[in-house]
Amino acid sequence: MTSGNTYLIALFPSTSGALMAEKLFKREGIPHKIIPVPRQISSDCGVCLRFSVSERERAEKTLAGKVDIQDICPL
Amino acid sequence: MKRPIYMDNAATSWPKPEETLTAMATYAQSVGANPGRSGHSMSVDAGRVIFDTREAAADLFGVINPLRLIFTKNATEALNIAILGLLKPGDHVITSGMEHNSVMRPLKAMEKRGVEVSVIPCSSSGEMNPDDVNRAIMTSTRAIYLTHASNVTGTIMPISEVGTIARDKEIIFCVDAAQTAGVIPINVEEMSVDLLAFTGHKSLFGPQGTGGLYIRDGLEGKISPLTMGGTGSSSESLEHPDFLPDKFESGTPNTIGIAGLGAGIQFIKRTGIEKIRKKEQELTAMLIEGIASIPGATLYGCRDEKRQTAVISFNIEGMSPAEVALALDEEFNIMSRPGLQCAPAAHHTTGTFPGGTVRLSPGYFLEKEDVEKCIVALEALAYRGKEPHS
Repeated sequence: MTSGNTYLIALFPSTSGALMAEKLFKREGIPHKIIPVPRQISSDCGVCLRFSVSERERAEKTLAGKVDIQDICPL
Repeated sequence: MKRPIYMDNAATSWPKPEETLTAMATYAQSVGANPGRSGHSMSVDAGRVIFDTREAAADLFGVINPLRLIFTKNATEALNIAILGLLKPGDHVITSGMEHNSVMRPLKAMEKRGVEVSVIPCSSSGEMNPDDVNRAIMTSTRAIYLTHASNVTGTIMPISEVGTIARDKEIIFCVDAAQTAGVIPINVEEMSVDLLAFTGHKSLFGPQGTGGLYIRDGLEGKISPLTMGGTGSSSESLEHPDFLPDKFESGTPNTIGIAGLGAGIQFIKRTGIEKIRKKEQELTAMLIEGIASIPGATLYGCRDEKRQTAVISFNIEGMSPAEVALALDEEFNIMSRPGLQCAPAAHHTTGTFPGGTVRLSPGYFLEKEDVEKCIVALEALAYRGKEPHS
């Protein structure tokens, strides 16, 4: 990582949830990337959605009521 | 080789739209990884293929949250989840006299485990009176299992009427849409459907080995999965996940098939479900009229293209269904399905048990000339059937 807490990651119960969130982000135009869940956060073998800290509010609003979010935490 | 006249679309549709085949080839050549397991870009791409199909199917059925739609290998597996996974000893369930064995066999098995089953009799043309469902309801009635359309006669069932009754009495309503998904509009909200089982390889124009089940919000907690295992989620836990779709999707899925199914659904959306239905109705009307005018031929079902799907059951005097089907295949290159079509209960209703019928099920890719050829062939066979056997 080039800098500290510039990114957040959204964790979902299922990979399907992460992919659904990805689509919603795309439609909303929120820059993001699907990445494997970092080992220090979870031993899960799934994926999560990385996005900029500055997009937190818009990201939460986009996903609210549409996809179950497990957690949003700093990368 | 001469192109066969394929009249067995109620079993599996053929041919498939070009894009179904293209999507499968593209998946195999350039995606090909295990979906949603490994986190690398090819795995994520495979996951996206499945999600896109999930979203397309959900949209087709009026399902708001695509994650409420799970993939199975066919409608049979979906119905088994909806029956074996849901029912408990002491439950009472209602079904119709037109069901396929994919409903009747699991229900029979549950009967042995203490589930009470009421079968609503239908008219000999396969029609059901929704009032009879109302009368069969008891305090212990847990669920209603109903086919959307019969695979023997094509008769369309009063889904919305029964849905309203079920919702009013807080009874779970499960619809078997194997014969209708893709050709008759379905909206789970408007039709008050709680569980919708569908197959991918018939009117949705996907390949065999695809299908699914829609599960209404909150019902997933009441249904036990029939299989458990790897889901790519909650991997630290030895407990199987309880959320959708993972609860009912363990093990590596049929991603290449689901890629094809997604393309099949896109074909339907692009073509228009009304256009597909209209073409099938025209072919059905031609067959009904043609067969009805053949001396020695007996038609079953409601004989009305507006009240049925493109499924026509009949018999020819002096010939068994198997003899008719063999002659159609060998002499006329026409593919039909003789016998009981895996639905003995429905044949009891139509009065064609145990002999069965010959079933013709034209599809969207057949033309009027094909149906004309078929009628000419049946006229010839009926004439032969009337001759004394040597």
